[in-house]
Amino acid sequence: MKTKIHIDLLHDEYKRALIKEKRWVTIIQLSILVAFIVLWEISSRMYWIDPLIFSSPMKIWDLLVKDILDGTLLPHVYTTLFETILGFILGTALGTIMAAILWWSPFLSKVFDPYLVVLNSMPKVALGPILIVALGPTMTSIVTMGAIISVIITTIVVYTAFREVDPNYLKVLQTFGATRRQTFSEAILPSSFPVIISTLKVNVGLSWVGVIVGEFLVSKQGLGYLIIYGFQVFNFTLVLMALVIIAIFATIMYKGVEFLEGKLIKNR
Amino acid sequence: MGFLEVNDITHIYFSKKATTTALIDVNFTVEEGEFISLLGPSGCGKTTLLSIIAGLIEPTVGTISLENEQIRNNNKKIGYMLQQDYLFPWKTIEENILLGLKLTNQLNDETRKTTIALLEKMGLYNVENKYPAELSGGMRQRVALVRTLATNPKVLLLDEPFSALDFQTKLKLEDLVFNTLKQFGKTAILVTHDIGEAIAMSDRIYLFSNRPGTIVKEFIVPDELRILEPFHARNHPLYNERFQTIWEELNSLENENSHRSPARRI
Ligand SMILES: Nc1ncnc2c1ncn2[C@@H]1O[C@H](COP(=O)(O)OP(=O)(O)OP(=O)(O)O)[C@@H](O)[C@H]1O
Ligand SMILES: [Mg+2]
Repeated sequence: MKTKIHIDLLHDEYKRALIKEKRWVTIIQLSILVAFIVLWEISSRMYWIDPLIFSSPMKIWDLLVKDILDGTLLPHVYTTLFETILGFILGTALGTIMAAILWWSPFLSKVFDPYLVVLNSMPKVALGPILIVALGPTMTSIVTMGAIISVIITTIVVYTAFREVDPNYLKVLQTFGATRRQTFSEAILPSSFPVIISTLKVNVGLSWVGVIVGEFLVSKQGLGYLIIYGFQVFNFTLVLMALVIIAIFATIMYKGVEFLEGKLIKNR
Repeated sequence: MGFLEVNDITHIYFSKKATTTALIDVNFTVEEGEFISLLGPSGCGKTTLLSIIAGLIEPTVGTISLENEQIRNNNKKIGYMLQQDYLFPWKTIEENILLGLKLTNQLNDETRKTTIALLEKMGLYNVENKYPAELSGGMRQRVALVRTLATNPKVLLLDEPFSALDFQTKLKLEDLVFNTLKQFGKTAILVTHDIGEAIAMSDRIYLFSNRPGTIVKEFIVPDELRILEPFHARNHPLYNERFQTIWEELNSLENENSHRSPARRI
């Protein structure tokens, strides 16, 4: 009984230490952010940096409030967000499906191997102009950009994960006479979830790049358009505001993927 | 005609650089309900032989037949427990043990109940919703056995199921497996490195040569030992005697190997 009490106490102490550490991490993280914003504001006001180029947090904030209130900002945000999420889902899904096809047919995978390598090393954004001519200066080409930029790397990484599944798990399934389809759904796919999740994390960033570049080129709507417009009229407050919004939503998407990770990956 | 027949099995592994003859001219017959052990040095092709019997790999030469039918891929009569447990870490214990039933479309309330009852018979209570990582090695091995038995195979192939366990757990599991198989009247082939285990558990023992593996000797375990549970068999006077014989036989195999000139190796 004596030791029991002791263990409880120690456990409480341990938990308290964990909470304390976590609190400190958060406090320091917030301090860095606040310090950065304050320093930025001061430097801009004191002309340590050129306020015309680097703007200032207050100016960005004012512009943000004004643009939200007069209703000019949100349509751009919605457009970009929609395009990015769609491009992200398409790129990841198509890449995973292509990986599954390659796994299904080892012969196909041998045939396509060099093409994947070449396509992967090519800068996909260079395809932008061709896409826009081919598909028109529309949302379709922008979403395609968002997807195309991540699809090949997803295929390669996920296919490699499929192939690296311990063959003994497949052997277990084979002893029960599993079909190739059952093998895929029972072992190949679930054991590759960790890799798929980490490509998702990479793809969040990639699809933002694809979509923003697409919007640069199409120049009609969206945060990418705001950036290029702000650049043309030398309104860097607008450019930075767009960047801040992108940072916020990219973080939210990333957190979403982490949430999914918690749901999909249990007990490893 | 025997129950399970292994006819003239020769197996060669091919790779780009080399060929490896794993087995050569392996022949034996197993009767229904018999417990056979395969004993032999590491790398002599025991796992290969089990995979061939299970229909997972096609032998280069030879055939396997069970109840006069040739074994091919996708047979449901043979259960195979691999050298390690290979429980799926992302599945719960319940999902793991029901896997075979699910894959063969035999999963219903009744088979589910029988399988979970089997788990309890193995001394595993309230583990259905746990994950394999939460279980000890011995528990996992028992779960793997339940998974193999769940589809009710006629023949059970066991590839060194106890080799990774501590001695005490191993002795307990030997008894458990022995009793379970006897109760259900299963035919079994056990691969092991452990002479004692082979004597304690089986009816007959085949001794394999170094690679390329082939049967060099058959030992018949005396009736007195056969009827005893493995743990008690290990304490019987006849056990030590048998142990000596097999031990010497294995040693002479090794000596022969070291005297063999490289040129004579196949
Ligand atoms: N897939 C394979 N490709 C090529 N060679 C193989 C393959 N699998 C096994 N071998 C070779 O065949 C021989 C027999 O292997 P096997 O795994 O059957 O031996 P084993 O008797 O089970 O050994 P152990 O007691 O160590 O488990 C070994 O020399 C091994 O290197
Ligand atoms: Mg082996």
